[in-house]
Amino acid sequence: MPVSATNSRLIYDALKACDVKIMSALPETWLVHLIRMAEEDPAMTLVRLAKEEEGIGISAGAHLAGVNSALLMQNHGFLAAINPIVSLALLYKIPLLMLISYRGHFGEKDSWQTQGGLVTEPILSAMNIPIWHLNNAGEVQRRLKDAQTLAQASLHPVAVLLPRELMWED
Amino acid sequence: MLRIDALQAIYPELENNIVVTIMGAVAAELYTVGHRPNFFYLEHAMGLASSMGLGIALAMPQHKVIVLDGDGSLLMNLGTLSTMARYKPGNLLHIVFDNESLLSVGGFPTATATGTDLAGIARASGVPTVIEANTLESLSKSVRDALASNTLTTITSKVEAIGPKTFHMDLLLLENRFQFKRALEAMKRHNEG
Repeated sequence: MPVSATNSRLIYDALKACDVKIMSALPETWLVHLIRMAEEDPAMTLVRLAKEEEGIGISAGAHLAGVNSALLMQNHGFLAAINPIVSLALLYKIPLLMLISYRGHFGEKDSWQTQGGLVTEPILSAMNIPIWHLNNAGEVQRRLKDAQTLAQASLHPVAVLLPRELMWED
Repeated sequence: MLRIDALQAIYPELENNIVVTIMGAVAAELYTVGHRPNFFYLEHAMGLASSMGLGIALAMPQHKVIVLDGDGSLLMNLGTLSTMARYKPGNLLHIVFDNESLLSVGGFPTATATGTDLAGIARASGVPTVIEANTLESLSKSVRDALASNTLTTITSKVEAIGPKTFHMDLLLLENRFQFKRALEAMKRHNEG
């Protein structure tokens, strides 16, 4: 599977450096290594969801309980979680560190992913959620740390988009 | 059974634990019975009170977390039962008041009015202890037993579709949010100290 194990490890280590203790996830191809790493890490609580919107509640609970969390989702999962992001995270000023695999963008061969790819950034922007792209391996650690710092300082969700260049080797 | 009487009956068990409620009548009635800084009223995001409770329960395993859910809210997020059952936090108690209606928005019947069995769904989802408690006595006892058991429990309680005259609470959403976070921090410190 040409999902980059090396870059997945960089992302995982960066999340560990951010002291993330709870990670919620719903599997998708680009996230398989990250989910396995969380699964194999005894210090990480991995919560496998039925649907992404649950993850917003779990991260809100974790934040109020003083524990750092992150959400791993595909962009279609982000689309499935929009109401909770608005009426829980934004309404109650909850920081969210959302790692979103950016399917359906340049280079996408799976036609069913393409509509989601087109609307991801416009919808994030409409929700006033700041976006970081992790295009280069060298910037992963710094950008994830900075994303978490901004989320916690602003008490606001942030979106870190995981693009094809980083996640896929072909 | 009236929900407000049910809340009064279980209040001694709620008082010193972490409580997350759904919006509307449940929130307003618990607030009237007696607000505490360790109570969080999720005034929107229907269905997610149990997910929040799960997040808190996983983050604070030394403390009990009680979620006050409703049939309308739970029906919007049935997947939460399978997720809770998957991790089975023993410090989480999930109480579902089932008035068979969306009382806060016009009283239209929910699917529990036409036979959907939430206790059955919870059981089939793998929640280890599921209790149907439809009297004040059985509810109080079930809540006490569940808290003592350290086993993830869902309790469903049929209540009348009667709510408070007003849903007004003299507590701003963000005031509740920050107060609750501080209360949880204090509970953690107290436990460590």
